[in-house]
Amino acid sequence: MSHPTRVVVSTTVNGDDVEFLTEPGTSLLDAIRDDLGLTGAKEGCGTGDCGACSVLFNDRLTCSCLILAPEANGATITTVEGLADRGNLHPLQEAFLTDAALQCGVCTPGFLVAAKALLDKNPDPTETEVRFALAGNLCRCTGYDKIIRAVLNTAAAMNGTES
Amino acid sequence: MNYHAPGTVAEAISLLDDHPTAKVFAGATDLVPQLRAGRPAPEALIDLKKIDRLIGITHHDHTWTIGAATPTVLLTEHADLTAQFPGLVEAAGLIGSDQIQSRSSLGGNLCNASPAADSVPAMLINDMRAVIAGPSGERVVPVADIATGPGQTSLAHNEILVEFQLDDPAPNTSDAYLRMIPRTEMDIAVVGAGARLTLADDGTVASAAIALGAVAPTAFRLTQAEEALVGSPVTDDALAAAASVASAAANPIDDKRGTIAYRRHVAGVLTKRAITTAAQRAQQQSSNGGRA
Repeated sequence: MSHPTRVVVSTTVNGDDVEFLTEPGTSLLDAIRDDLGLTGAKEGCGTGDCGACSVLFNDRLTCSCLILAPEANGATITTVEGLADRGNLHPLQEAFLTDAALQCGVCTPGFLVAAKALLDKNPDPTETEVRFALAGNLCRCTGYDKIIRAVLNTAAAMNGTES
Repeated sequence: MNYHAPGTVAEAISLLDDHPTAKVFAGATDLVPQLRAGRPAPEALIDLKKIDRLIGITHHDHTWTIGAATPTVLLTEHADLTAQFPGLVEAAGLIGSDQIQSRSSLGGNLCNASPAADSVPAMLINDMRAVIAGPSGERVVPVADIATGPGQTSLAHNEILVEFQLDDPAPNTSDAYLRMIPRTEMDIAVVGAGARLTLADDGTVASAAIALGAVAPTAFRLTQAEEALVGSPVTDDALAAAASVASAAANPIDDKRGTIAYRRHVAGVLTKRAITTAAQRAQQQSSNGGRA
């Protein structure tokens, strides 16, 4: 069997143009972590069930473990590292800290990216909408309630409707 | 394993001709887990998402065309399609999480050929057609003719599913899709049921389409129940009759998600509910003056 051709991938990650060389079967998650050194996205299941590897791919929420790295050629990717603005945490990150919405932290990057995708699309979600939007993210410490609260509090703060 | 992203249907087909074990994919939401689970790696992976025709939703001359690799999120975000086919769109929207919705497609859901694929019963009740391209041109076949068994399709190795065709519904028509899972979200259907009804002006059923998923090797239409509904209003007796046809027609497996007896029972319950919802929606269409 012939050797797979390695592929050059040019992509934009968190606003920076980057280029890397990858094997065709490599997942985008592995490329982001191992080739680009961005280790925020985590591998939980590797099958798209847990959402720990969530990234925005062309502005859509995706599991980076289900994307082949070569598919990223020409794409725009946002990882959890792209949420903070020059050292200033994103309001969601602040709320996760304030509301203690994390325990072990493995699921947190995925939840943050998924929550950002939700609030970008729906700035004032109901609790039910938050729960459905985050259904693709698993937290095995079972800290869901605080996560949901942090997202709702972020929305309220961003909309100036804090109680 | 090499990666190819052809820009045209012809290029994709010639790649398939050149590589006897090549595999095409759209969102890869089934492909990647299958490879990770140890399924033999194909010599080439052919990404169909760079082919313009495979992505997008258009409407011309009373027919919708949906590219086979169109991410399902584009269906759920499409207000006009949702107004005409709420059942089809709700079925497409049930495929996985928001993360999966950005990548999953009707073409992938159909060609992966899981018996539990949520969108397939909804495509069957709407008489959707699949445009298949191969080396000698294109053919248009009913969606019902694509899946032949779990993981099996009628497509030849060098054929690809390009797009779906979906005709506008008749006036006073609507559809519904329901599935039973043990949790609220993120699971595989124990049973799925879709129904589409057209109501006559007097409220009786002018035509009916009902399909079940996850209770047989492939999704299928319940023609006997469809015929029985036509000509009378949607009464409790009519619903009970349809439910018993559904339960009898179901030929499910026993697994951790449900026993055979449970799945047969739920097939009846969901059939009733899908018909009821489709009838309510069709009623609303007619009170809106037939406007979709």
